[in-house]
Amino acid sequence: MRIVMTPEDMSRTLSRMAHEIAEKFNREIAQAVMVGIRTRGLPLAQRLQALLRDVTGVTLPLGVLDITLYRDDLTQIGPAPLVRKTELPFRVTDRPVFLVDDVLFTGRTIRAALDELVDYGRPRTVRLFVLIDRDHRELPIQADVVGQFVATELDEIVHVLLRETDGRDGVVVARRTEPLDPEALV
Amino acid sequence: MTGRTEPTLDMTSPGQWHRRHLLAIEPLSREEILTVLDVAAAMKEVSQRDVKKVPALRGKTVVLLFFEPSTRTRTSFEIAAKRLSADTVSFSVSTSSVSKGETFLDTVLNIQAMAPDAIVVRHRSAGAPHFITNYIDACVINAGDGSHEHPTQALLDAMTVRERLGRLDGLKVAIVGDILHSRVARSNVFLWHKMGSEVWLCGPPTLLPPVFRRWPVRVTYRLEEALEGADVVMVLRLQLERHVSLRFPSVREYFQRYGLTRERLKYAKEGVLIMHPGPMNRGIEIESEVADGPYSVILYQVANGIAVRMAVLYLLLGGAASLINPTGPGSDPRYLTTDYGP
Repeated sequence: MRIVMTPEDMSRTLSRMAHEIAEKFNREIAQAVMVGIRTRGLPLAQRLQALLRDVTGVTLPLGVLDITLYRDDLTQIGPAPLVRKTELPFRVTDRPVFLVDDVLFTGRTIRAALDELVDYGRPRTVRLFVLIDRDHRELPIQADVVGQFVATELDEIVHVLLRETDGRDGVVVARRTEPLDPEALV
Repeated sequence: MTGRTEPTLDMTSPGQWHRRHLLAIEPLSREEILTVLDVAAAMKEVSQRDVKKVPALRGKTVVLLFFEPSTRTRTSFEIAAKRLSADTVSFSVSTSSVSKGETFLDTVLNIQAMAPDAIVVRHRSAGAPHFITNYIDACVINAGDGSHEHPTQALLDAMTVRERLGRLDGLKVAIVGDILHSRVARSNVFLWHKMGSEVWLCGPPTLLPPVFRRWPVRVTYRLEEALEGADVVMVLRLQLERHVSLRFPSVREYFQRYGLTRERLKYAKEGVLIMHPGPMNRGIEIESEVADGPYSVILYQVANGIAVRMAVLYLLLGGAASLINPTGPGSDPRYLTTDYGP
């Protein structure tokens, strides 16, 4: 098991991401909406929303996507993964969408998210912000803003821990068979 | 979707679903029922979009095999399947080879030969869906079998109550009418008992024989007693087509004794939910003023029927149980990754 982000690292990384977003997409922010991908993309989107408000003075409307029904592997897994609500309390048509997730890996989650988004309308642009890029892409999908690139093996799992979902912040990479020890982050 | 609500994190631990068929409520656990209702809540959102379709069951075939008349249930299953991108084939007994003398089993085996993924069955004989499971590979969903069970109706009833009252336990649920012939009553009795609510059955003694006292219910022949303090009142249709002999003097007298009227509703709790599985016989089991009144959630039940059936179809067809084996073909680490989340 290796620690790739402590709570302090995560705080600094998210702050830097907010500044990078504000700089790169300053022409879009006034019209943009922030959409987190369940599960951990939502609290990350909430944090980026707050940080962007501090940096730009703009509070982006916040939504959440559950991409389960758009997965391309439903016939290859079992049992059926449980679905939670998608909540987009705004129209996405002709607006920039800032899509947020915790880990970018094969790109299939993002493909599913894009499919779901276009069922809601036609965004003007879709920007992708991820906390961790762990490589091993299977689709031509890249993030616009990355918190940290982490080289990983295929049999490793990137565990993103967040206060809102796990009681603490941090990122740990561990072998699939290796037990996770969150205490190591303290 | 419009409106300005903040999205919810919803970190409640989701349940699990490992069943291949949905034949009845009786064998389900409380957790399994809640799992269906949780997934149904997410499915309901799909029906509120401009594009009411998701690709989850693309390539799956659902056969609707109805040996009894049905408008609501069959349409509801068909819409549910189509909203999940499944293909549907509707099979009605009046236009089928059954009318030429083909046996029920031969009909089923012929349909099985066409390799459907799920068969939704309604049949006049109790146990027919269970019988089918011995002969076919497809998932089987009971859409009502004789006077036995109608599981998706009870699930949509529960979803409606949960949405309106915010809970499923500690309620008084009064089920009124033709209990003897009602599969809806049976499924609801099992469901509400499992959820920790008190069920009262009420009807004329000829439609509520003493055998029902063996169930986990309170039985009364006085409508006012059943309604007293009730949170939910489920009115059942008088199923005259199933009566082998008339079990009460007249329909008019039935209404006088057991019809749900605005006057009688005064006995129930303020904000009581009035439910009916449909189709309604206005002026026989329920007064129009009640059916169309402020406490009626009958049309919400119909809307929730689609969400519940989407959830059931998704849970039965949405995975590949054969690939759970960690050393099997589903063990490619790229398909077991956190890329799709835990």
